[in-house]
Amino acid sequence: MTDELHSARVRTRTVRLTVNGVPHHIRVDTRATLLDTLRERLGLTGAKKGCDHGECGTCTVLVGGRRVYSCLTLTVAVDGAEVTTVEGLAGDGGPHPLQRAFVEHRAVQCGYCAPGQLCAAVAVLAEAEAGMPSAVTPDLSAPPALDPAEIRERMSGNLCRCGCYGRIAVAIAEVAR
Amino acid sequence: MRPFDYERPWNIDAALATVRDTPGAMYLGGGTNLIDLMRLGVLAPELLVDVSRLPFDRIEETGDGGLVIGAAVRTADLATHLGVRRRYPVLAQAALSVGSGQIRNMGTVAGNLLQRTRCAYFSDISKPCNKREPGSGCPAMEGVHRNLAIVGYSPSCVATHPSDLAVALAALDAVVRVEGAAGPRRLPITGLYRDPGDDPRRDTVLEHADLITGIEVPPTGAERSRYRKVCDRTSFAFAVVSVAVVLEVTGGVVRECRVAFGGVAPKPWRAERAEEALYGADATEENFARAARTEPAGARPLRDNAYKVPLVRNLLTRTLTELATEGR
Repeated sequence: MTDELHSARVRTRTVRLTVNGVPHHIRVDTRATLLDTLRERLGLTGAKKGCDHGECGTCTVLVGGRRVYSCLTLTVAVDGAEVTTVEGLAGDGGPHPLQRAFVEHRAVQCGYCAPGQLCAAVAVLAEAEAGMPSAVTPDLSAPPALDPAEIRERMSGNLCRCGCYGRIAVAIAEVAR
Repeated sequence: MRPFDYERPWNIDAALATVRDTPGAMYLGGGTNLIDLMRLGVLAPELLVDVSRLPFDRIEETGDGGLVIGAAVRTADLATHLGVRRRYPVLAQAALSVGSGQIRNMGTVAGNLLQRTRCAYFSDISKPCNKREPGSGCPAMEGVHRNLAIVGYSPSCVATHPSDLAVALAALDAVVRVEGAAGPRRLPITGLYRDPGDDPRRDTVLEHADLITGIEVPPTGAERSRYRKVCDRTSFAFAVVSVAVVLEVTGGVVRECRVAFGGVAPKPWRAERAEEALYGADATEENFARAARTEPAGARPLRDNAYKVPLVRNLLTRTLTELATEGR
């Protein structure tokens, strides 16, 4: 098996990415995930590697404004994309309202999941604004309201080993109002 | 992960030709399952042909009131589409029950149909698995099979198919559009999947270069439909069992009834015996329960998953009763 692993020739591709508004033109191994490219090539260590299997959510970033697991995203497959990581959420006026709310409501304990929680939460607000329903939306033909049950269901793709879910949900609810 | 080449053809003919000419090639959609299986060493394609940006990313309304869903439509976009939400609640609900918000943004409709089983032995290359290594054995038969099949399995493989969308689409009599070396063809969704028999390697009847391009969902006269899914946790989990029901009740009598189960078999499982029992019957909870008791027809539970039989029967009875009384 080792022979087989080493006999295949390593393949690379050149990709263009705009990350937090900064354009990059880089050559990557076809096997590189977006998470590894962000962390190891571009020095953006905000997005974390938790499970590396698309189950924990701490690698969550926005690609074209939509939240994805960067650990299951091949860099070559998002050639040309606009990527936003937790480092790109703050604007000229300081932290993103969700970042302020997370701090204010002490929604962060160890903090390892926070970058993914924040990126996911930014997307949850945008998805609800765009009228996207969730599994707990009572009437699929009506616009959803971000009540606590909706927030919890929509945030289910992000785990928190410290169990800060309650505070995270409260912080998001405050910004959603 | 074994090194692989990557190509992104800009039209379907180029995609088909590239895969046809490369025995070790695989199509790449959203990658949520494939990339993980490659990292686990379960799959090792030498070439990924990315079809996620081919122009099959739209949902079209057909003249007769049906839909054609492009293969590359993301699960989240399927769930958000107004026509799907209003006319096919069962399909919108199934889509919303898939994974998490991130998974739904990434995964495509065709990829959801072609995802592999979550049987733990299949994804663990340190253990035997007939689906991964033919002839190596099936440890699940005597081992951990609490969440595996109760019907339609074979002595060589007791895996279930994990798709939610396939179950809803089975109840809707959907048809899969396939492009291949021999030209285009159409397959009923239940005909897409094959019985494991003594060769469980292939989950579907698709040949090497075959590419799903879309899903036809015929118009349904039934106003009422629903997808119910039982999981080990409330959200972001695969179905232990699930039920998709399309129901039309007029004057207290069942005029149309189509039922499919998930989580019980290697494919979405149409409950034809229950459907036959209900056509023309009074829409009462007693009749629903009686019909549910005829299913899953031919069930042969394993040592630790007999609980799925009453679970899926009760889920069906409850879902039919709710649909008949609530009307949506």
